[in-house]
Amino acid sequence: MQGEARTNEAGTNGKTVVFPEAEALVTDGGGRIAPLTIGYETYGALNADKSNAILLCHALTGDQYAAGVHPVTGKPGWWEAMVGPGKPFDTERYFIICSNVVGGCMGTTGPASINPATGKPYGLDFPVVTIRDMVRAQAMLVDHLGVDTLFCVAGGSMGGMQVLQWAASYPERVFSAMPIATAAKHSAQNIGFNEVGRQAVMADPDWRAGRYLEQGVRPEKGLAVARMSAHITYLSEAALQRKFGRKLQDRSAPTFSFDADFQVENYLRYQGLAFVERFDANSYLFVTRACDYFDLAADYNGSLAQAFRDTKTRFCVVAFDSDWLYPTSDSRAIVHALNASGASVSFVEIESDKGHDAFLLHEPMFVATTRGFLESAGKARGLRGRTAPGVCE
Amino acid sequence: MSRMETPRQDHLLIVDMVEEGARVLDVGCGDGALLQLLAERKNVDGRGVELSQRGVNECVAKGLSVVQGDADTDLRDYPDDGFDYVILSQTLQATRHPRDALQNMLRIGRRAIVSLPNFGYWRVRAQLVFRGRMPVTGNLSYSWHDTPNIHLCTIRDFVELVDALGARIERGVALDRAGAPIRVNAPWWVWNLLGEQAVFLLARDGEPPQP
Repeated sequence: MQGEARTNEAGTNGKTVVFPEAEALVTDGGGRIAPLTIGYETYGALNADKSNAILLCHALTGDQYAAGVHPVTGKPGWWEAMVGPGKPFDTERYFIICSNVVGGCMGTTGPASINPATGKPYGLDFPVVTIRDMVRAQAMLVDHLGVDTLFCVAGGSMGGMQVLQWAASYPERVFSAMPIATAAKHSAQNIGFNEVGRQAVMADPDWRAGRYLEQGVRPEKGLAVARMSAHITYLSEAALQRKFGRKLQDRSAPTFSFDADFQVENYLRYQGLAFVERFDANSYLFVTRACDYFDLAADYNGSLAQAFRDTKTRFCVVAFDSDWLYPTSDSRAIVHALNASGASVSFVEIESDKGHDAFLLHEPMFVATTRGFLESAGKARGLRGRTAPGVCE
Repeated sequence: MSRMETPRQDHLLIVDMVEEGARVLDVGCGDGALLQLLAERKNVDGRGVELSQRGVNECVAKGLSVVQGDADTDLRDYPDDGFDYVILSQTLQATRHPRDALQNMLRIGRRAIVSLPNFGYWRVRAQLVFRGRMPVTGNLSYSWHDTPNIHLCTIRDFVELVDALGARIERGVALDRAGAPIRVNAPWWVWNLLGEQAVFLLARDGEPPQP
């Protein structure tokens, strides 16, 4: 029943499903995406009563490869620390689904996909998508996989926004939810950083008003700069200081030039270069825009509590104390709204000096919290230990 | 669910005061022992607030719904009448603003349950009077310089605060050193002298009595 594995647009061998013209995705902005291809991965097996499915929502520049070896980079998946046999998202207990977001560039239809109306890549003709559009597309995939209620929807950062949107849009389909290092709305600071990144992309002469793919070029310099500035926001000052300080790179004295004298410069340049190899510049514009537009309360007359009214979903909200991109106060606002709506909610602020990226790393307290929350939710859901393999590939 | 150790006597009294299936908020819930007991014996829909990361993690791992938070600052975010009972077990003395905390509890819950160590307990008085030392007892186990307990009071003081807030005591039980309840019809001064700790069930003025 799953889409056949074949080489998708990104040249990877991931799973894909194509929704035909009749099942178009109509976006919040009034756009229409058809046909819609969704690239996704699954880990573990669905149990007989289909009660053990977990949807993992990836962050801004993540993709469906949460675990295992990433087919493009050759590196481990983005949540390798959390997903796998015996790990909190235990692939021997749960059936884990992770899809590439709409607007992305790793197998799901996005600005680099061919626009059926023109036969050329969409570029800026791709409809501006929202977090809710991403969630709608995920719901189509979850339907396609035959899953009615998700045991858990979990994710950090932009993935956490999707978790909140899932809980608000489909409360009866989400048994438990883990919004991690995230916010119910993007702050002015976050929008500001995203705008710096977008302007860097658009200022690159090779961007060509978004039509670079037809002209055989790529705005790699602009995209690398966008990534470098964003990368700083994912770390904490303490972590940067500990890792690099003012240490020089491969030299004992400054060169009095604009070479990468400092290790931190070298590191950021490397991050920028590695990023352009796997990411599409226009996708970066679209996914950052989706985050900027996110304001869950705005859809419910300005009341976040209203978004979760009468919810039966069990929530576990997680913040990291050194995260200055999505600070703990953002998580507290979510918790207050959930409390006000009478929801079952747990909230932990994890001590870590690793900044926003802490949720991607092996933080023992975070691992323990996730494990405990999932195990208790599993008890409430009536999940037994390990699932018998082979129920559903 | 793992088998628990023998429940604390004040926890048993609190469980006894809570109606079956009630919605309960435990403020300063520690490792969640009381919430777990309430879930097992009274089938409550329980939530907790706890200051320490360790406590919250233990609770979440036990499957309890607990948020990390501070009784002094976070109770104001809870809506009116959100719970049937708001419990403050051995925590009032550690709050910066006990009066505000109590007032918030009576706003959030139809009833509040407070257990507290009694600073009027005779052993406490004796340590101060005869040894000239700040009291250290089983219930007040910290030295004066590192104690989280900053607003200690006697049973009599607490009763006066409840009066001042316009609430009423529906039930009150004082426990002696062994954790056994003191005779119900004993006069207040006996409680105040012999009770090492006390548990009170409070109702807002105008709230009909609990059956």
